[in-house]
Amino acid sequence: MASADSDTQPTEAIPHAVKIIVAGGFGAGKTTLVSSVSEIAPLSTEELMTEASYGVDDLGGIEDKTTTTVALDFGRITISDDIVLYLFGTPGQDRFWFMWEELAEGALGSVILADTRRLDTCFHAVDFFERRNLPFVVAVNRFEGATAYSEEEVREALDVSASVPVVMADARERMSSKEVLVELVSHVLRSRQAALSG
Amino acid sequence: MTAPRGRGTGTPWDGGRGHPGTAVEGGHAPVVGDSTAGPLVRPYTMTKGRTRPGTDGGRLDLITLVVTVADREDRAREPEHEAILRLCRKPVSVAEVSARLDVPLTVVRVLLSDLLVEGDLRTRAAAPVTKLPEKKVLQAVLDGIRRL
Repeated sequence: MASADSDTQPTEAIPHAVKIIVAGGFGAGKTTLVSSVSEIAPLSTEELMTEASYGVDDLGGIEDKTTTTVALDFGRITISDDIVLYLFGTPGQDRFWFMWEELAEGALGSVILADTRRLDTCFHAVDFFERRNLPFVVAVNRFEGATAYSEEEVREALDVSASVPVVMADARERMSSKEVLVELVSHVLRSRQAALSG
Repeated sequence: MTAPRGRGTGTPWDGGRGHPGTAVEGGHAPVVGDSTAGPLVRPYTMTKGRTRPGTDGGRLDLITLVVTVADREDRAREPEHEAILRLCRKPVSVAEVSARLDVPLTVVRVLLSDLLVEGDLRTRAAAPVTKLPEKKVLQAVLDGIRRL
């Protein structure tokens, strides 16, 4: 892989990186959505914490503390020569909420994937993004055997404001996932417009 | 899945430790403590025990892009640092460095910070976290997604 070509560009401009968060309960299809639109096979990175940092019983000396890893899955879409978009899935477990803060920082917005068999698993995500004023859309991921609910029923169950788009999706389908992202970024732009004129 | 554009980097970590950084939905029950697939070396050994990056580390967000400086000084470096410099010939995000080298984020931030201090890596000047992305950036992102 060593080659001279990349070393001959002394001041190659560094692109602007932006991110979108893909949230939802465990098994809602977050990584499926990311992989359907990502240009790379989704990658997984790990954050380490010592048990002490999230308040589990202290068993002794620092050097004996075990570390827990939180996995974050993500994909990438190169938008242009100077913009790269990253899509980050949230960790599925409630005890890793602190990671959401870091993920949300500077994010454009979020896609909340809802599984109608377990709608309650995305309540936390809705609360979180509402509280942080981060624009989001709800994408109802279609699962085989799940009862088909209307957009209105889902909106009502989740109690999201009328301005929040609720769309039906199939996270396995690239075109469907793409539409969800188009919906989100359009929503972010509209929210921005509203904020400026309001 | 589509054309694996950008996959060519492979894993630059010689020998490849542990599991590959490929994600599988539902496959990430968090590993607590004695993972069988865990690294052979305690992670912080690489950083000589440091768990926090130096002064430059504060601006290393998950998506901060870092790139190797082409005319960097020719000197001996730790293998971990060399691996990062090889990986970052083109701009790569902090999260990607961590995933591709299979090194936890916390550790990667320390290593990257070392390289920034030494002038071996550079990063784009970070926009303040509180600042909303510009409208033209959002529009470009929208157009880019539409082209997918």
